[in-house]
Amino acid sequence: MNKQDLKEEIVRMSGSAVEKCMRCGKCSASCPSYEDMEYHPHEFVYLVEKGDIEKLMASESIYKCLTCFACVERCPRGVEPAKVVEAVRLIVIREQGMNRLKPDDIPGLWDKDLPQQAIVTAMRKYTK
Amino acid sequence: MQKIGVFVCHCGTNIAATVDVKAVVDALAKEPSVVFAADYPYMCSESGQNLIKDAIREHELTGVVICSCSPRMHEVTFRRAAASAGLNPYLVEVANIREQCSWIHKDKAEATEKAIILGRAAIAKALLNAPLIAGESPVTKRALVIGGGIAGIQTALDIAEAGFPVDIVEQKPTIGGKMAQIDKTFPTLDCSACILTPKMVECAQNENIRIFSYSEVESVSGFVGSFTVKIRKKARYVDEVKCTGCGLCTEKCPVKNVPNEFNLGFDNRRAVYIPFAQAIPKIAVIDPDRCNMLKNGKCGLCSRVCEAGAINYKQTDEIVEEHYGAIVAATGYEISDVTRYGEYAYTESKDVITSLEFERLTNAAGPTGGVLLRPSDGKHPHTIVFIQCVGSRCVLEKGKPYCSKICCMYTAKHAMLTREKYPDTEVYVFYIDVRTPGKNFDEFYRRAAEEFGVHYIKGAVGKIVPRADGTLDVQAADLIMDEQLRISADLVVLAAAIEPSKTARKLATMLTASMDTNDFFTEAHPKLRPVESPTAGIFLSGVCQGPKDIPETVSQAGACAAKVIGLLSKNKLTGNPCVAHSDELMCNGCSSCANVCPYGAITYLDKEFRMPDRTTKVRRVASVNPAVCQGCGACTVACPSGAMDLSGFSNSQIMAEVDAICR
Ligand SMILES: Cc1cc2nc3c(=O)[nH]c(=O)nc-3n(C[C@H](O)[C@H](O)[C@H](O)COP(=O)(O)OP(=O)(O)OC[C@H]3O[C@@H](n4cnc5c(N)ncnc54)[C@H](O)[C@@H]3O)c2cc1C
Ligand code: SF4
Ligand code: SF4
Ligand code: SF4
Ligand code: SF4
Repeated sequence: MNKQDLKEEIVRMSGSAVEKCMRCGKCSASCPSYEDMEYHPHEFVYLVEKGDIEKLMASESIYKCLTCFACVERCPRGVEPAKVVEAVRLIVIREQGMNRLKPDDIPGLWDKDLPQQAIVTAMRKYTK
Repeated sequence: MQKIGVFVCHCGTNIAATVDVKAVVDALAKEPSVVFAADYPYMCSESGQNLIKDAIREHELTGVVICSCSPRMHEVTFRRAAASAGLNPYLVEVANIREQCSWIHKDKAEATEKAIILGRAAIAKALLNAPLIAGESPVTKRALVIGGGIAGIQTALDIAEAGFPVDIVEQKPTIGGKMAQIDKTFPTLDCSACILTPKMVECAQNENIRIFSYSEVESVSGFVGSFTVKIRKKARYVDEVKCTGCGLCTEKCPVKNVPNEFNLGFDNRRAVYIPFAQAIPKIAVIDPDRCNMLKNGKCGLCSRVCEAGAINYKQTDEIVEEHYGAIVAATGYEISDVTRYGEYAYTESKDVITSLEFERLTNAAGPTGGVLLRPSDGKHPHTIVFIQCVGSRCVLEKGKPYCSKICCMYTAKHAMLTREKYPDTEVYVFYIDVRTPGKNFDEFYRRAAEEFGVHYIKGAVGKIVPRADGTLDVQAADLIMDEQLRISADLVVLAAAIEPSKTARKLATMLTASMDTNDFFTEAHPKLRPVESPTAGIFLSGVCQGPKDIPETVSQAGACAAKVIGLLSKNKLTGNPCVAHSDELMCNGCSSCANVCPYGAITYLDKEFRMPDRTTKVRRVASVNPAVCQGCGACTVACPSGAMDLSGFSNSQIMAEVDAICR
């Protein structure tokens, strides 16, 4: 996909109005995964608006979002950053041929620092 | 036999570049009843107007059609010219061939054809015009100001200064508004009370001003120049005339635990109280919900200690009726509800406060005597976080989409004053933008950062968690450093959005004044008529029209007074004769018209009609007050029986225009 198509696809999938972002940073201030992310929620929104999406697709950040929706809940402009992260992630996963998570894989990935919520979201996101 | 004159304007090249003006003259000259047709470069000029006047006299015209700019621009000019030549001004029609034709078309042939059609429609309408005479109504030379904040105070003082009597209706027991609660004022840092109280005293002493405190507007009727207003004077249970304001009762009352509104609940007042030392009027009030005597007849202490014998437990609300020529809305603002933003933990921690609460905590007349102490434990805070834009610029249901305008500046003020008084505190301000347009405003903010070492951080606070050790864990983003911060704060101050008074909408309905979706009063024109409501005779002063600081409020209050004085100096008002009237034989009294009238101009009369069999029958019919009707035409569309019609814009005239266009 070219840059423009990619942006349109992400906006369509996420239903997020990235242009409404006023760059307040409340999403990133709220994000519990901040330290683990290379690109933070407000940067996801900004880079998608600019059409600079390859950077996000290549970054591990897309797997760090917990889908906790704190950013969605607190964004004063109703931008819904988590949905943008999710859309970028889905584009990458689709390109990779739908390699979804199997419940059997979970014990192998288990890490006692991993929040329980992350496992629940991972199951929701990566299983049919 | 009608004789119509047609005048086509070039408007320089504004019209003539796109419309073949000569062709329009030639075509319209051939229309039936047209006896004269001419063009001119600028019809609105002196010589253009003379052309019209001469033609009226020479050809004894019975109607005039001018093809020019929008009637909003020059209808008045051309009507005046016609009147000076002896023609009733309402026999003039304007066809808009500029805004609605030359400016929006490129093709000259098409534009010319359209201009001819528009001219033809105007001629058709002109042929059905009837001479109209504008009525006159008297002006009651007294003004009402609703709201006694700095806006209402300044407007009232300026009107009184010009020699007109003015009444202030204030819902609280004292005038003063929010400015009375503020400590120091940006950008000059002068003490708010020191500059406000002399003005409050002036209001009390000016013989042209009457203050109805602890009062509300109950109803409004009438129209520009002659409003009738009912005012409810709520029972104070204290005789206003007898009370000397000595305050003895407020010291003796045994009910000591009523949260003090003036100090935003940081301390307590008694059941009988005077809001603050400089209150105007300085008269005690008994809180009926807390007074033991009023609740269960047991006490009466204040009555025994009052040497003036002013306490009167039997007092009741009183309704007074007054007449006014002009009404000013000056109802100000309130602080929006910050509990809707759970992430800031306002309800969980006493040490998360709003900026107005901060004002009380730093005010020498406040609950802490001006020493900044944490509300939770009364200790001196060492780390303070200020958060801007709380609830402002938020498009969610719970927020306000607008910028509250004053909070960047007062936050800079708070941060600066804190650092000045307590150099051992660290002060952080989280901002999205710092907005400081205003004289000496940006310099003021920069001083806070440069001279006083306030840490300004571009970013937001995501959440606040109160910790067991009494600190507040503030999680935030620093967008310039691209990092997430954790600050352990002792005090967090929220620059909460301001919103119009909750009473404003009810009042706007009574005044038939319009409001925007945020409940700020709407001005008649955002640039050219900023202190008038679109409803004639209603004026706007202060924050009730939109967020403002004190300098801007005072300037607007003065501008508003000037408009009121302009109205009150007139002895009579000339009305607009293009108003609605109902055909009583057709009217069924169904109320459809009154329901749509935005100005409340329609009432119903029970009228006696003679029937063909010589009996009489009483029927309910609509009656339009021509002084109130603004000629908007809504009723003529709503009337199911076609009984409503508008003079100068009659249904038959509009049909004639449509016919002429479709011909
Ligand atoms: C924390 C804070 C700090 C500030 N600091 C500064 C500063 O340093 N410098 C500065 O320039 N500005 C400052 N401001 C702004 C300033 O408070 C306002 O500009 C000013 O008070 C506006 O005056 P007003 O008369 O329009 O409104 P208000 O002060 O709100 O007065 C309105 C009055 O109308 C009364 N009222 C409301 N509804 C009715 C009704 N239906 N009937 C009768 N009466 C009614 C109210 O009781 C009130 O007395 C600050 C504001 C805040 C919140
Ligand atoms: S949904 Fe994802 S991006 Fe948004 S705050 Fe939660 S973890 Fe961060
Ligand atoms: S919270 Fe919303 S408006 Fe603020 S930076 Fe994030 S996406 Fe943009
Ligand atoms: S009568 Fe009421 S207001 Fe007066 S002292 Fe007693 S409780 Fe207080
Ligand atoms: S004035 Fe400043 S703090 Fe207040 S809403 Fe506007 S930008 Fe935010």
